[in-house]
Amino acid sequence: MMMQYDIVIVGGGPAGLAAAVAAKESGCDSILILERDNELGGILNQCIHNGFGLHTFKEELTGPEYADRFIQQVKELQIEYKLNTMVMDISPERVVTAMNRDDGMFLITAKEVILAMGCRERPRGALNIPGYRPAGIFSAGTAQRLVNIEGWMPGKEVVILGSGDIGLIMARRMTLEGATVKLVAELMPYSGGLKRNIVQCLDDFDIPLKLSHTVVDIEGKEHITAVTIAQVDENCRPIKGTEERYTCDCLLLSCGLIPENELSTSAGVELSRVTGGPVVNESLETNIKGVFACGNVLHVHDLVDYVSEEAKKAGETAAKYVRGEITDNRGKTIAIRAESGVRYTVPTTLNPDAMDDLLTVRFRVGDVYKDAYVSVYFDGERVQHKKKRIIAPGEMEQVILQKKQIMQYPELSAITLKVEEV
Amino acid sequence: MYDIVIIGAGVIGCAVARELSKYNANVLVLDKNEDVCAGTSKANSAIIHSGYDAKNGTLKAQFNVRGNAMMDDLCRDLDVPFKRIGSLTICTDESQIADLEKLKERGEQNGVPGLKILNREELLEIEPHIADGVVAALYAPTAGIICPFKLTIALAENACENGVRFHLMTEVTKIEKADEGWKVTTNHGEYLTKTIVNAAGVYADEMNNMVSENKLKIIPRRGDYILLDRTAQGYVRHTVFQLPTELGKGVLVTPTVHGNTIIGPTAFDIDDKESTATTASAIAQVTEKSAISIKGLPTRQVITSFAGLRAREAGKDFILGEAEDAEGFFNCAGIQSPGLSSAPAIGAYIADLIKEKLTLSEKEDFVATRKDILDPSKLSLEERNELIKKEPAYGTIVCRCESVTEGEIIDAIRRPLGARSLDGVKRRVRAGMGRCQGGFCSPKVMDILVREWGLSMQDITKSGGDSHIVIGRTKDGDE
Amino acid sequence: MEKRELICIGCPMGCRMTVEMDGGEVKSVSGYTCPRGKTYAEKEVTNPTRIVTSTVRVTGGGKERVSCKTASDIPKNKIAAVMAEINAVTVTAPIKIGDVLIENVGATGVDIVATANAG
Repeated sequence: MMMQYDIVIVGGGPAGLAAAVAAKESGCDSILILERDNELGGILNQCIHNGFGLHTFKEELTGPEYADRFIQQVKELQIEYKLNTMVMDISPERVVTAMNRDDGMFLITAKEVILAMGCRERPRGALNIPGYRPAGIFSAGTAQRLVNIEGWMPGKEVVILGSGDIGLIMARRMTLEGATVKLVAELMPYSGGLKRNIVQCLDDFDIPLKLSHTVVDIEGKEHITAVTIAQVDENCRPIKGTEERYTCDCLLLSCGLIPENELSTSAGVELSRVTGGPVVNESLETNIKGVFACGNVLHVHDLVDYVSEEAKKAGETAAKYVRGEITDNRGKTIAIRAESGVRYTVPTTLNPDAMDDLLTVRFRVGDVYKDAYVSVYFDGERVQHKKKRIIAPGEMEQVILQKKQIMQYPELSAITLKVEEV
Repeated sequence: MYDIVIIGAGVIGCAVARELSKYNANVLVLDKNEDVCAGTSKANSAIIHSGYDAKNGTLKAQFNVRGNAMMDDLCRDLDVPFKRIGSLTICTDESQIADLEKLKERGEQNGVPGLKILNREELLEIEPHIADGVVAALYAPTAGIICPFKLTIALAENACENGVRFHLMTEVTKIEKADEGWKVTTNHGEYLTKTIVNAAGVYADEMNNMVSENKLKIIPRRGDYILLDRTAQGYVRHTVFQLPTELGKGVLVTPTVHGNTIIGPTAFDIDDKESTATTASAIAQVTEKSAISIKGLPTRQVITSFAGLRAREAGKDFILGEAEDAEGFFNCAGIQSPGLSSAPAIGAYIADLIKEKLTLSEKEDFVATRKDILDPSKLSLEERNELIKKEPAYGTIVCRCESVTEGEIIDAIRRPLGARSLDGVKRRVRAGMGRCQGGFCSPKVMDILVREWGLSMQDITKSGGDSHIVIGRTKDGDE
Repeated sequence: MEKRELICIGCPMGCRMTVEMDGGEVKSVSGYTCPRGKTYAEKEVTNPTRIVTSTVRVTGGGKERVSCKTASDIPKNKIAAVMAEINAVTVTAPIKIGDVLIENVGATGVDIVATANAG
């Protein structure tokens, strides 16, 4: 039982949905979305807070509402999808092996594959937090699912480690559900979350945020009873004598997201050491021909609006391949490099012949910079130099490259992005 | 009246139980935890030692070598993953080769087959990522790796199927001489028995000291470990030990039967018999020391760290057999490393003693084999689809990191001594054991536990006792 | 004169602003670096409002909870009252996105609407 589709999209979250809609609208009719959960929408379904869609829909939506806008389009466009379906393997030849309880295990040959599996949270184990391993320790997203989707409380006295947006959002959410959030501790000297979330999720409820602090001990043999928080030095090492003990029955961890690329690896896709996501060109195509990546599987985004925008690109290019407008995109390539303060860029190469008139290069920085410049160099020549009031690791940044300008540099071999301080 | 009450459902208690289930006897296993394999047996190096390490003439030496030799048949019968990958004990200084020679000699006297000293070149051939500083190693081809959960659970299940009863969540508080045999008092009532097997792990001293004047003292020795993701696979092919030096005992680096890499343990003597808390310095120490053995090991791909307790008795050797001053009370005490390796031999030995004591007859209908939970990933596509057609639950992946289906989880719950907690499921089918550590699947596994056991979400625990996952409903819980 | 310290939420700068007030009237705002900051500060000290998002109990569908929000922002000091009403209600499936679940919640003049479908 070998099925055939022009485009198979792995993941029915915001990236997969936007890619599917774009591919369909670009004229590809043979599309299949494979979603492991029992509904489309991905992680947005549990993100019941508002703040989504300001860029895409010019209004402020909650996660499920944002997802629903795309789900409605998928349904109207009659794009096929399978729920409760796990993709088990993707071969470099783009044979997708998937499984569900109705169809069993089945193979699909795809002309193009779009990877849109999203990301997962860094678990306690990966953080090397010492102490006992009792019940009551959750990654923030797991707690979010329990509270928002299933309606269960993971605890009443909560400590949160990590001030990423999910951690901040959960601080408010748990408070509104009657829990006491004792504090949010953040290892870094700055928060990875949006200012708005710090004010509206913590300050509104008088929840303290302790920067440069971490959990150094967990107590409780069966269920968590307390944690010890300590201040850390500039190397993130706990400072002796700064320990403070907080009783709690719940510890939430919001300590970073990791793109989920096990399937990409099985397909032979090369991953970036910095982002953990595939290395892609301007069309979001990986090193494996006909395999694209978008959304949080590619790199962790701050706003879902950017995910949708990026995924649209992947869907459109995949459709162009299907229509035969492009046969191989991997001709002349210019490297896009991240230097001095810029941690990574997506994409990391571009083919000027294949690019649109404008190309958005997204990147993140490694530190907080005030009144610094974001510069773009074409080989040795500085071609963009933009002052930014603030650039922070928590926020994705972007520069726009113009095809017209790149074409004026026929010998161009590398484009470099830098943060330059005054 | 029981013929035998076994205190402790770790690998030793279960090995004894399974051996005793070959006889016509009324056997009961008691454990204070909610599942078998919940103490020392669950947190160790998951290796089967060859047996050169223990001093000549000790019980450790004798039972290790014997247990090691029994492992192939046992694991085949009970469908437990076991691989004889061999071990390497490395040294980093030419001057230590003499110590390796001594170890080799000791091992040969213990009866360990095939020991060989390998020079660096020979080492590189079989262990390409060995660290630059390593000059030689003692190779022990009979050493192996095993899943300690699966071994213990398999022994328990097989014992159970052959009529042994298990009372879990039952903590022994008192042992007294009765008119005939012994009276064992627990938090769930009293039991009369002709004989007792003390396999209580770190509590074996307390059990012994209730009946015997030959007092034991077990000082738990904590060992911290880190476990690396399967993506770190391929850096180490053997169990690589470090030759102890004045600077310390060193750590081992080994693959597991599931393709992860384990590094550890530390060794800290502690007072608290439940103190399995890791410390930052211990984790750092383990990570650091692994570099002495293996080059470039991606220790950043750690998925969890944990600590286990070795039941180290002051006399340092195993204490096996009937207590001199307590007839019918059989000790399996001080079972620290190589306890897992020795378990089959200890089980057979203790069962033999009891068989003699009680003149037990062999059971005619003893079933020696047991099948592990079906692993659909080992089936062909056609077989798998047939299975899913029959049992659609095998078509639903619950744990995506380890590709565990709902069918496997249901099997883990429904079989004898089935899983009742998240850890119980995890130890049987690895759901939640992967890189996300249950972040995605734990709510789903909870749903299945709720359905299968007819419980509420609030009843579901991580590992029994007070380890509840959720504390109530949102919206004030008045439902 | 009363002084209020605020952190601007407009961007990651997080400007620390000081608002001087006299009897509920804004006299001056300082510390902002762009006009958005000033606007935010004036609103935040005179009439702070928030969108409240939560869930309500739902029966008759496959779900236990359905997510909801205030259809527009409500006064910040009404959050607790709004939550109390949200926590007290049980709705019956089917529910569609946008369905009004509670009218005029906490006498704010704002409805609670569903943000997800159920049943």
